Amino acid sequence: MKNEEMLRTENLTFEYIRRDEEGNVEGITKAVDQVNLDVKRGEFIAILGHNGSGKSTLAKHFNALLYPTEGAVWVDGMNTQEDSHLWDIRQNAGMIFQNPDNQIIGQVVEEDVGFGPENMGVPTQEIWQRVEESLKAVGMYEYRKASPNHLSGGQKQRVSIAGVIAMHPKCIIMDEPTAMLDPNGRKEVIRAARALNEVEGITIILITHYMEEVIYADRIFVMDQGHVEMQGTPREIFSQVERLKELRLDVPQVTLLAYELKKRGLPVPDGILTRKELVDVLTRIYAQQT
Amino acid sequence: MLKDITLGQYYQTESKIHKLDPRVKIVATLLFIISLFVADNFTGYVIAAAFLTLEIRMSHVPLKFIMRGMKTIFFLLLITVVFNLFLTPGTALVHFWKLTITMEGLKLATMMAVRLVFLILGSSVMTLTTTPNHLTDGLESLMNPLKKLHVPVHEISMMMSIALRFIPILLEETDKIMKAQMARGADFESGSVIRRAKNLVPLLVPLFISAFRRANDLAMAMEARCYRGGEGRTKMKPLIYRKRDAVAYLTVLGYMVLMVVFGKILF
Amino acid sequence: MAIILDHVSYIYDADTAMAHAALEDVSLTIPDGQFIGLIGHTGSGKSTLVQHLNGLMKPTSGNIFFNGKDIHDEDYDRKALRAKVGLVFQYPEHQLFEADVFSDVCFGPKNLGLSKKETELRAYEALKQVGLEDAYFYQSPFDLSGGQKRRVAIAGVLAMKPEVLILDEPTAGLDPRGRDEILGLISRLHSDTGMTVVLVSHSMEDVANYVDRIIVMNKGHVAFDDVPRNVFRHYRELEQIGLAAPQVTYVMQELKAAGLDVSVDATTVEEARDEILKAFHM
Repeated sequence: MKNEEMLRTENLTFEYIRRDEEGNVEGITKAVDQVNLDVKRGEFIAILGHNGSGKSTLAKHFNALLYPTEGAVWVDGMNTQEDSHLWDIRQNAGMIFQNPDNQIIGQVVEEDVGFGPENMGVPTQEIWQRVEESLKAVGMYEYRKASPNHLSGGQKQRVSIAGVIAMHPKCIIMDEPTAMLDPNGRKEVIRAARALNEVEGITIILITHYMEEVIYADRIFVMDQGHVEMQGTPREIFSQVERLKELRLDVPQVTLLAYELKKRGLPVPDGILTRKELVDVLTRIYAQQT
Repeated sequence: MLKDITLGQYYQTESKIHKLDPRVKIVATLLFIISLFVADNFTGYVIAAAFLTLEIRMSHVPLKFIMRGMKTIFFLLLITVVFNLFLTPGTALVHFWKLTITMEGLKLATMMAVRLVFLILGSSVMTLTTTPNHLTDGLESLMNPLKKLHVPVHEISMMMSIALRFIPILLEETDKIMKAQMARGADFESGSVIRRAKNLVPLLVPLFISAFRRANDLAMAMEARCYRGGEGRTKMKPLIYRKRDAVAYLTVLGYMVLMVVFGKILF
Repeated sequence: MAIILDHVSYIYDADTAMAHAALEDVSLTIPDGQFIGLIGHTGSGKSTLVQHLNGLMKPTSGNIFFNGKDIHDEDYDRKALRAKVGLVFQYPEHQLFEADVFSDVCFGPKNLGLSKKETELRAYEALKQVGLEDAYFYQSPFDLSGGQKRRVAIAGVLAMKPEVLILDEPTAGLDPRGRDEILGLISRLHSDTGMTVVLVSHSMEDVANYVDRIIVMNKGHVAFDDVPRNVFRHYRELEQIGLAAPQVTYVMQELKAAGLDVSVDATTVEEARDEILKAFHM
């Protein structure tokens, strides 16, 4: 399944015109500049970049919320610029946004999850089935009758995810879903995303600037000034500590520690991602030394 | 203070009133309000009080919760009572300084107060037992005939339900902004009326900017979830009348008859 | 001279069915000049606690003293207190409202009743302190980047010349560089001016590099209150309350368990690096 194409961009460029208060054109900003990327079905993709690097603008193209100025985007083989595909694209590529409060429409959890299927014209009986399945998939079923205002940030985001799953998408694009959450909430959301990817085989595109969240991704794209600056596996990306710092990013603390030790002459490999890897490597070197 | 507004705040519990079709509750509440203005004697209000008590008991919403809504209308209540008490001509009862309380005034003030209190209590029961979404569904369905007159019924009900969802969020945000500005020495409590109005600017600007931002975000989120107006939309919770709704309609009808007979005609 | 909290409790929605304690019998002393990290997850009571320090919230029971005086005495000037104990809230969007950056920073000192000249002088000084370039002074604060907005918000409080500066999650939503820049700025403010700083955060890694003391809040109680390395020794308990020590703490603990001769006191990457190199005799 992993060889089928889910999403592809070709020389995608998005410009917007800056205007001053009187409406005169001040200049043109290229928020996304000549981006070529492809995502296979079932992949877990991470897009990293500092604030203002163009990653959110890019993400909004995947759901036909924005259209390219130049180039093209295909979602599940459909060109986003063809109007006839609009609703198929939005159903197939679900989207989660940053602020959990501003994307929940329903007053009660289950009603919010049902909002998407209602819009798609799914029959009542089936909406209920879908709502139940989706809430169970993110572990929020017991809160189905609760008011969203009484949930934690992480729980709200999981409700939003359920709302998207209920539309039976092939792909979910998450635009900084954890930026407004505390560490517990962040873990909840990432765990839910990984479970959907592994169990249900849904393609995930996670946009973030938290480095710890992307170490399990299949591939990472790093954006800067609208370009894709780096791409590769987490290990390949996190081997380049200096480059990431130039791009206003950093690496997980263990990766940084491993990198610092290597710089001082310890034979530690590049791109250490987890605590266990580092401890194993160090104890092995230690054993050889003594 | 901001938390005290219960209008539009659903109270989650299981009860017979909660389960009723929202259309029944809307129609019943309307009839109840009308009945308050139909009746103009003591017996009528006793019947209304009995009906209200029964309704509140059946709703399983704690009385304290229902009463909270009263705080917000306290001033309106006070003004109504004072005006009616002192400005109604008739047989003088008490006289001091330049003010006179008349028998008629006392009667009228009591009646207006009772009406106002019952009105708020009655509609609070409706909003506390019906999710705002349900409420708007009910209104949408009741207003459906207006579609023929090109009234955008679905859009109106969607707007209402979104407004209701964001009221608590914006209230909380107001509280946060007030605190942030108070930490910078802002004063929202003292000074003349003009001074106070001017002092609200540091509160209103961030609040409006935030509200616009939220509206923008929400519109995008709705579009991303395939929202395209009422056309071709199905319902997760379609409104279907059941036996209990018929029973409720009959009860309300019975109540109306009692009110008209005892509250208006007989005495 | 200090802030002292004496058996402070705060109960939300007191005498309703939903009553719950946000703070329960908290006693703390915040001496002059300390740099404190206040850590806890959402709902731990940390935000409630800081709003007590400048008198925005009044304890249900217990007392708060600032420089020896009870701040809830009838004749205590709490408006003046808010100038001395400056509180910067989490989202700059909640306080920025003027048409340009400079006027916005003037808001605080103006409320103190200072002269126009003194107000503008203080605003200018505060904006310099947070490192905002002159070019931004007459721009709309709403057009700035997240990091710059954060700086303007901090300047807005600094302009009141507080003795204590409290920042509620000043790095939320910033990217890694933006986060490091703001934390660096706060640390510099502390060392340059010697004012007391309380940094509220939910990230141990963020504060470990900078603070003298960490107070961990959990369920309205103070769970730990000590220098960072002593707090991180309780990494297992921290995990149980939904927090975590910095990753390096775990690495050092695990290395020691594997038989390496390292001290587990390292709290930052640099300390951990030096400690490991020592064990390898490098």
